[in-house]
Amino acid sequence: MTRTVFPIILNTFREAIRDRILYNLVIFALLVIASAILLKDLTDGQEGRTIVNIGLTAMLFFGVFIAIFAGVGLVSKEIEKRTVYSIFSKPVRRSEFIIGKYLGLCLTLALNVAVMGVGLTLALVFVGSNTLAANIWPALFLIFLELMIITGVAMLFSTFSSPALSALLSFLVFVIGHLSSSLRDLGATLGSQVTKVVFDAIYFMLPNLSLFTFRTEAAAGLVPSRDMLGYSALYALLYIAVLLGVAVMVFQRRNFK
Amino acid sequence: MENIVEIEGLSKDYEVGFWRKRKVRALDDLSLSVKPGGIFGFLGGNGAGKTTTIKILMGLLFPTEGSAKILGSPIDDVKMRSRIGYCPENPYFYDYLTPLELLDYFGQLFGLDASVRSSRSEDLLNAVGLEEVAWKRQLRKFSKGMQQRVGLAQALINEPEIVFLDEPMSGLDPVGRREIRELIAGLKAKGTTVFMSTHILSDVEALCDEVAILRKGRLFATGDLQELLSRDASRGGFEIIASGLSPAAIAQIEALSKGAFVSGKPNGIAIEVASEDSIEAVLRTIRDNSGTLISVLPVKQSLEDLFVETPAEN
Repeated sequence: MTRTVFPIILNTFREAIRDRILYNLVIFALLVIASAILLKDLTDGQEGRTIVNIGLTAMLFFGVFIAIFAGVGLVSKEIEKRTVYSIFSKPVRRSEFIIGKYLGLCLTLALNVAVMGVGLTLALVFVGSNTLAANIWPALFLIFLELMIITGVAMLFSTFSSPALSALLSFLVFVIGHLSSSLRDLGATLGSQVTKVVFDAIYFMLPNLSLFTFRTEAAAGLVPSRDMLGYSALYALLYIAVLLGVAVMVFQRRNFK
Repeated sequence: MENIVEIEGLSKDYEVGFWRKRKVRALDDLSLSVKPGGIFGFLGGNGAGKTTTIKILMGLLFPTEGSAKILGSPIDDVKMRSRIGYCPENPYFYDYLTPLELLDYFGQLFGLDASVRSSRSEDLLNAVGLEEVAWKRQLRKFSKGMQQRVGLAQALINEPEIVFLDEPMSGLDPVGRREIRELIAGLKAKGTTVFMSTHILSDVEALCDEVAILRKGRLFATGDLQELLSRDASRGGFEIIASGLSPAAIAQIEALSKGAFVSGKPNGIAIEVASEDSIEAVLRTIRDNSGTLISVLPVKQSLEDLFVETPAEN
């Protein structure tokens, strides 16, 4: 399995680098540097907190943008450009291809988050918020887990629908995923059984992305507990396993005309 | 020796239409076998079902009915794929890679060591006639013919026992076609079986030992190429070429037997007769009229006759 998956991971990573996906880092760096310089003069002792808020939010949105747009292209581009013809005539299982492509993009996202994290840390050190600089990393880890889920969602959609529709659906999952927990609570208070069932179904079927939201707390200098990190990681891994499992099942049956 | 490819009753239906889906049969009950060591020509016009068949063999399409084996293994056996090669029609590869990187990547998928990948990649790029300056250039800058050469190289990176080439001459200029013809002949000399789909008949005549001809998704004929061409010799009869005959003598020959057909040739006239019985009478008339006999040859069916569907067959 690793004999074929590993080269696919590396090739997907190489594709992302050569397609200049990491250029977003430049924009991010400019944003964080500008915030650090401007806020140092404008805010009174709150600059660290504001930089963390801006930085983590930008990191999530840049990451989601890459996860969705590169994620929907992972499989669909290979089919459209007919590169799958050469791959599947070689000793490569379709499941290995799906896993390799997925992990390749996750590797790109990990590098993206890590480089952004280093930039954010340096900006915080620059404004003298050394404690915050050390404490933001667990929040970065949670963002990375969320991006891994969104990548899996985007890839699953792209195994059976067009890239544009897949991107739209993935974005909807991202938005609803952040609201599903609140919707479920709302459903419980409304008293209607139908509403409760619908909101419960959304909660259980779509990813509960509020589990990975720790931006405001991180800005306040808080660090997530080990239990929270462990539960979020376990939830993410199980959800990703289901996403990849379904993506493989759909892809196994696909004809390449 | 056992056949290297065995196809039994292979059919493929495609669904067409958006709202009202209906099935169109692209391949219909195809059965054929390929012996090891030769060059097998898989012929047919556009839409005959050649690419569909090859894609089923490569596991890219699932058959509606039937089954196939390559090297004795079912076509869904992933391990068997380490022993075969495939160059798709109009191949297209990762445009951000160079040919060397592409061959290295595909070599890794076969589990080849780095040193083997490196040396084999260079040998193959040389063999397909890709100039060394292009080896480290990204594939996005390659012409169709250059992509085709890279496609052939990648199909051979694992030194396959059988290689499937879907229209391998597509996009190549005459010099390129000759080079690739030599490469394919060289593969046969090394003992590699070549399964080649094409509709370029001169390539088939120059290279293939055996052929299968598809028409509208069905097998029309299969077997040894020379046997197929001479099998129906009686249909063509014989062609007698003579010169120095007067118009009166030609009229006499035309009247000799039913079915004699006389046409002009640069070196005289050609007389086609339907059967052996008519030859002697025509020869006697030529001698009696002081004509010169140039040749008497059986008329062979041409590959084009086999390939092209006549209205009656249609």
